[in-house]
Amino acid sequence: MSKQQSTVHTSRRRFLSDTLQTVVGVGLASLTLSVYQQNAVALPATAIRPPGAITEKAFQGACIRCGLCVRDCPYDTLKLAKLGEQVALGTPYFRARDIPCEMCEDIPCIKACPTAALDHDLTQIDDARMGLAVVVDQESCIAFQGLRCEVCFNVCPLRNKAITLEMQHNKRSGKHALFIPVVHSTDCTGCGKCEQACILDEAAIKVFPLHLAKGVLGEHYRLGWKEKKQAGGSLVTPDTPHQYNLPEGMQYDHGGAGLIEQQPADNAAHENVVPFSANPLDTLNRKGKL
Amino acid sequence: MVKGGLPGDEAVKVKGWLKAHQMLVLRRIVQLGILGTFMLGPLIGVWIVKGNLASSLTLEILPLTDPMLALQTVLTGNIPMISGIVGVIIVTVFYMLVGGRVYCAWVCPVNMITDMANGLRRKLKIKGGMSLSRQLRFWLLLAIFILTLLTGTLVWELINPVSVIYRGILFGFGMAWVVVMGIFLLDLFVAHNAWCGHLCPVGAFYSLLGHFSVLRVSALKRDHCDDCMDCFTVCPESKVIKPALKGAEKQISPVILSGQCNNCGRCIDVCAKDVFTYASRFSGQK
Repeated sequence: MSKQQSTVHTSRRRFLSDTLQTVVGVGLASLTLSVYQQNAVALPATAIRPPGAITEKAFQGACIRCGLCVRDCPYDTLKLAKLGEQVALGTPYFRARDIPCEMCEDIPCIKACPTAALDHDLTQIDDARMGLAVVVDQESCIAFQGLRCEVCFNVCPLRNKAITLEMQHNKRSGKHALFIPVVHSTDCTGCGKCEQACILDEAAIKVFPLHLAKGVLGEHYRLGWKEKKQAGGSLVTPDTPHQYNLPEGMQYDHGGAGLIEQQPADNAAHENVVPFSANPLDTLNRKGKL
Repeated sequence: MVKGGLPGDEAVKVKGWLKAHQMLVLRRIVQLGILGTFMLGPLIGVWIVKGNLASSLTLEILPLTDPMLALQTVLTGNIPMISGIVGVIIVTVFYMLVGGRVYCAWVCPVNMITDMANGLRRKLKIKGGMSLSRQLRFWLLLAIFILTLLTGTLVWELINPVSVIYRGILFGFGMAWVVVMGIFLLDLFVAHNAWCGHLCPVGAFYSLLGHFSVLRVSALKRDHCDDCMDCFTVCPESKVIKPALKGAEKQISPVILSGQCNNCGRCIDVCAKDVFTYASRFSGQK
């Protein structure tokens, strides 16, 4: 082999080994990063995104971590995740128990966002769905003990809509009512004011991401009464009135008056012989035997 | 270079300390000035500029957005809002004119860390280290774009030291000191100029952005060169100097045309013969 040839061989070998080094190195780094991102992008249940945040998966691609939403939040609610925190690095979030969303009417955080990470079509803050409040612990919530609290009900920006109070019988005392807070997903924005205000040491009502807070009914379910209402009548055999096997002169009204004793048809004729008049003086003044 | 001395010693003797450090001082003023302007808001409530290097709003009117980040969000299928797009255009045009890697030398916070490591490396006379390819950063940049496309997530932003440090200073540092120490030690012990010169994909992106930039450094008076090697020693991308400085015989333009030059101007400072100067990229053409 001539000297020149051997130089060519050496340099080619060197080029190949250098390229291989680079490709393998970059490949391994990429693999590590892609495995790391699987964990790094998981959002803890207590971290809530700003109002209008698009779905978490899309948010991870759209948010450029500039913090302009944080800067324009007048209540210091929003934070950017620092290195070492569980939330994806640099993305905005808040913890309701610390500082909840005050639901500004002009939604400055969305206006500040230079990307589509926060949905700029959201203009009514009441339409925001940051999460859903859930009464997570009925054992410690004092309303379930029969005590009057209703703090979550009263601080709710959509009072008596997102959280209502449902009265139930207090079985312990036997004569009082329980004022149970009930959250309605139709109105709850997930602002977290209830969680922050909960008087317990650890809140019994907490805001969770919608996918954790809500169940989803299988699509194949059909609720008969809804289908019937929608169709304007029974979709199968028309309902026949139920025949009760009752003694003569009795009727039964299900879900209404209950058992009805029908008055005999000749009632009108006997009207005057009712033993007692409505006026007690008539009884006192009556002559003859009782 | 004076034997046993540091690069620039001769320039200090000839030109005086300030003249031999003017670009360095100016660069620190700009770097710290930008950071300081950002800091005025969170520190004393004077909001000249909000946000960070990813995207910012100056005086409630001027949007600036990092084109590399915007490109990544586009890869995930998201289009920025108008303010974001305008910000990208302004930043892109600016760096296409003044040199992409001006971002590295004049804005990026990591530069101060790696400059410190390099200075210490020279003082402690630490030599050698791992050999890394300067092309590695471009491969990493490509890998990041592919990963972003595949995962639909801004994966690079989960570890990007540039934004970790800048955002850390402005929004809460957390464990960002780990990144600061990591890059400092990497540059000090593992390899010379390892981060900015070999690994950083942000620098790679900006070098591509400024590939045809107008503002360049030119070895205008290359005939004055006395081969002291000070410019090669201080230059973070020493390979870019040679064609311009030593290309007189081969009729190569004295303008440093490589996009990898970050226009830091340290060569202008340390040259006792004042060979280098800022010039237009077209100044070398006849």
